[in-house]
Parts: sequence; C-alpha cells; structure tokens
Amino acid sequence: MIEIRWHGRGGQGAKTASLLLADAAFNTGKYIQGFPEYGPERMGAPITAYNRISDSPIRVHSNIYEPDYVVVVDDTLLDGVDVLKGLKRDGAILINTNQSIESIRKKLNGYKGKIYTIDASKISKDFLKANFPNTAMLSAIVKITNIMTKEQLLKDMEGSFKHKFARKPEVIEPNMEAIKRAYDEVVGG
Amino acid sequence: MAIRERLSGNEAVATAMKQINPDTVAAYPITPSTEVPQYFSNFVANGSVSTEFIAVESEHSAMSACIGAAAAGGRVMSATSSQGLALMFEMLYIASGLRLPITLICGNRALSAPLNIHNDHSDSMGARDSGFIQLYCENNQEAYDNTIMAVKIAERAKLPVMVCYDGFITSHSVENIMLMENEEVKNFVGEYKPDQYLLDYNNPISIGPLDMQKDYFKHRYELASAMKDAKKIIKEVSEEFYKITGRKYDLYEKYMMDDAEIAIIALNSTAGTIKDTIDNLREKGIKAGLLKPRMFRPLPWNEIALELKNLKALAIMDKCDSINGYAAPLFTEITSAMYSSQVYVPTINYIYGLGGTDTTVKDIEKIYSKLQEISKTYRITKITNYLGIDEEEVK
Repeated sequence: MIEIRWHGRGGQGAKTASLLLADAAFNTGKYIQGFPEYGPERMGAPITAYNRISDSPIRVHSNIYEPDYVVVVDDTLLDGVDVLKGLKRDGAILINTNQSIESIRKKLNGYKGKIYTIDASKISKDFLKANFPNTAMLSAIVKITNIMTKEQLLKDMEGSFKHKFARKPEVIEPNMEAIKRAYDEVVGG
Repeated sequence: MAIRERLSGNEAVATAMKQINPDTVAAYPITPSTEVPQYFSNFVANGSVSTEFIAVESEHSAMSACIGAAAAGGRVMSATSSQGLALMFEMLYIASGLRLPITLICGNRALSAPLNIHNDHSDSMGARDSGFIQLYCENNQEAYDNTIMAVKIAERAKLPVMVCYDGFITSHSVENIMLMENEEVKNFVGEYKPDQYLLDYNNPISIGPLDMQKDYFKHRYELASAMKDAKKIIKEVSEEFYKITGRKYDLYEKYMMDDAEIAIIALNSTAGTIKDTIDNLREKGIKAGLLKPRMFRPLPWNEIALELKNLKALAIMDKCDSINGYAAPLFTEITSAMYSSQVYVPTINYIYGLGGTDTTVKDIEKIYSKLQEISKTYRITKITNYLGIDEEEVK
C-alpha cells in the first residue's frame, strides 16, 4: 500500500488533486482512498489531504501519520508546517517551488531523503493564467510514484476533466498541457 | 452486472436514493450530510428521478413533511446530521409512533457545545429510544447497501429506519464501491403498497388522534413488538439482498471471533481499523477478534451475548458518552445483555474519538494490550476509559 499526504492552502485544490489521484489509480484497477482533513475551512489556511493506494481492499480509516510520499502544493508552508513529520526514511517529498533542491534541502534542515521539485505555479500561470498548481502537482506525483505511465495518465485525466469541467470545457486543454509539462519537468531524487 | 465505481459515502447514498426513486424527499442541509440532498436535488432537477423534493426551512419541518408524505402513502426519505437530528427529535417519535416507514440517512456528527462538525455517534445514539431501527455502516459500500435495504426493511416492519455512517471519515472519503444496476434496485425495493394510507379515499382513516391510557399503552406495546420482530425482517431482507449482490449482511459481523480470547465491539468505520490491527496481532499469535453490530435498534442482545461467552476479556468502544457518571450506551446495553444471557466476561468500556478525534491502529493495539493484561489477571482497575485522554492532565 502506498500512503500519500498532501499539504496545501485552502482554495489551491490540494483536496481536488488528491481526489484526481484517487481517480487515476482507481482506473488502473487499484483500491483507493482519497480524503481531506477538514479544519476550520477558509481560503489560504493550511489544509491536509490523504491518499491510500493498494492492490487489496483498504479497511483502515484513520489519517496517515507515516506517509510514503508527501506533496507540498505551496512552498510557503515549509516555514510553518512540519511537512516531513512521519515521512518514511525511504520515502520522498515533492514540492511546488521555483527554488533549487539544494536551497529546499537547507530549508528542511538538511533532510537526507529524496526531494523532488516542480514549479507547478509557473506551469499553471503559463497555461491557465492563474495559480492552480494542483493538476501539475498531480502529474508530478504520478511520475514519482510510478502509479501509471504518462500515456495512461493523459488518457485518464482527459476523461476526468471532461466530466469535472463539463461546464467549463475551455479549461480542459490548458490543464492537459500543464499535466504534460509537469510530467517532463519534475526534477530530483 | 455490478458496476465498479469510486464514490464518497455521501455520493454512494445519494446514488442509492436515485436508484430507489422515492416519492418524496424533504431535507434541510447540515454538515456533513449536506451533499446527500445536494446531489439528490440535482437528480430531481435533471429529471433522473420523479421524486417530489421539498426544500424545507428546518429539520423539524423536514421530518414533519416526511411524516405527512408517508402518512399519505408515499415512499419517503430524508438526510441529516448532528444538530439537525436533534432538532427533529420531537418528530422522530411521531414517525415511529405512527408506524411510518421513513428512511432517514444520518451522517454521524458530534453535538454542540463546543461546536464541532466532525464525527462521533452522539447524534444517532441520542435518538436510540425514538423507535427508529438503526443500521450502522463501516464504509461507503455498507452505507449504499444499507440504504437500499432500509427502504424494504422499513416498509415490511412498518417502522422508520435510520442509516448511520461516519461523517467525513465515510461521508467525504472516496473509496472503491460496487453499485447495483438501476433495474436491480428498482426490482429489489419493488413498488410500495401501504395497507392503509390517508389518500385512499375508498377506505378513509384518520392518523394521529388522541389515545386514552389503555389504548396508548397497547399501541406502545405494539411498537415495541414491531421493533423486536424487525430482527427477523432485517434477516429476510438481507438474505434477499445477498441473493442479488453476493454481499452478506447479518445482525452483526464477526471478524476472527471463532477462536478469539480477547475481543472488541465497535460500530462503523473504526471496525475497519480494528480488522487491520487484528491481522497484525494474529501474526504475533495473539488471538484477537472483533464483533461489529450492524444494528443497535433492534439490539440483537442475546445473539451478541452468546458470541462472547468464550472470551477472556472484552472491550466495548463507544464513539459517544452517556454523561451518566458510569459508561456509554453500547457498553451498558451489551453488558446488560451479557448479564441477562448469563455470559460473564471481564468487560471494559472505551469512550473514543469524540468530535472526530482520529483513532489509529496504534490506539487499537493499546486496547488489545490492556485486554491481554486483563485476560491474564482477571482484574479490572477501571471500567470506563477515555481513549487517548490523559485524565490526570485534564483535571
């Protein structure tokens, strides 16, 4: 079973990204869980969401305390939230940032595990003309976890977006472009 | 053919309601069950159901409208949580007292104060003596299945049914689920033909007039008998459901109970976490088990008690508190049932997870470890425990 914890800010779509990841993994035949941890909901407040992905039915119904992967949708969270808490030694952290891996590693007090970065906000601004980094982050985490191939991901997301954005079809294409670029641009290890 | 899907608990329940296509749904939104009437009103708007949807001004009115529609002869559903269920309270007793087969979805949530939107069972447990059948669900699949079965159980038992599942943990978590075909659900619930109803102008009746002392007592006895007899009806309906879906439901579920020396009794989503814990403990040779009641009303008191007779120690977990200076409802009722069935097992109560406090495999391991200690010494130092609360510190 793979366990993933998402850190984002209210309104950035971390919850949506976790649900889209659940969707994608579901479509490869896996058992999935996707759930947010609801706090006092407000725009900009730190929020957490979770994914479990498994080959067998998932019965456990608690939050995730020792994730295999952590996804940080907003790098300003690195200052206030202990994003590494419980992260497995052989796990990895993925961060949306324009900073170098070296400077992120310093910020994480010399964390020795795997760090991946992607400038998802820039990708989002390029294609969507706004900061909705979640689809780019989704693409990057799919690549890192190797849940499915790039081709599968693209096919899947197109289906999901057609459903999700039935009333806003104009955002489907830019989101697909964001996914393609994020898949190619994520760096680290 | 079953349909493989992934849905949240609320989506699953709303889908069941769509497939049931009831005559009337009256509801008022409240977290965390808001999405149920929200999705359902979409189905009404886009014509995928023919239901009369009544957007009322409160939960008291929601249950009142359900009572009116059910008395008129309709198949009726609603959904609520927490303060909403509390506001319905007066009308819950009227729904059951009038023997109206209403299906009420309850996305379990804590009660104020302090204000809290997260999951515990204070709301439905508060309504435990209201004359509603209560079905409890571990996950989205059980919430979906029990919603479909509830309609049939209600109509056959002539009692209202509450389908309870954990707010957020189940209501907002997306998980795998197997759905039935629309036709299968339609055929399973069938057409509702009440024996007597207000709109049957050939056989006029009145509903809800005053009862004098003896008549009242007799009617309340009939209500109590109907609840007692509902056990058999729930078994029958579950058997019919099993034949179509292959999914087996009984009065309670046993997990690794056959040779268990220590066991936990718990409702809803925590049962899944307990099953994972049991698998870990069994690998170490610890004979741990779980009994998960599917229903609290009617209480399968004798059946459950007899399942426990070979245990060396038992913990009963309550996700609510009776605030009675003693212990919580699942514990007091099951230990009472054990006494009445002459089953004597050292038993302790854990009140846990209030206001949505997360309950993990590690928490459950602590309970089993306490049970191992009791199974060796047969000594209980404390009956009622508050899981994860440092009682000294709180004082």
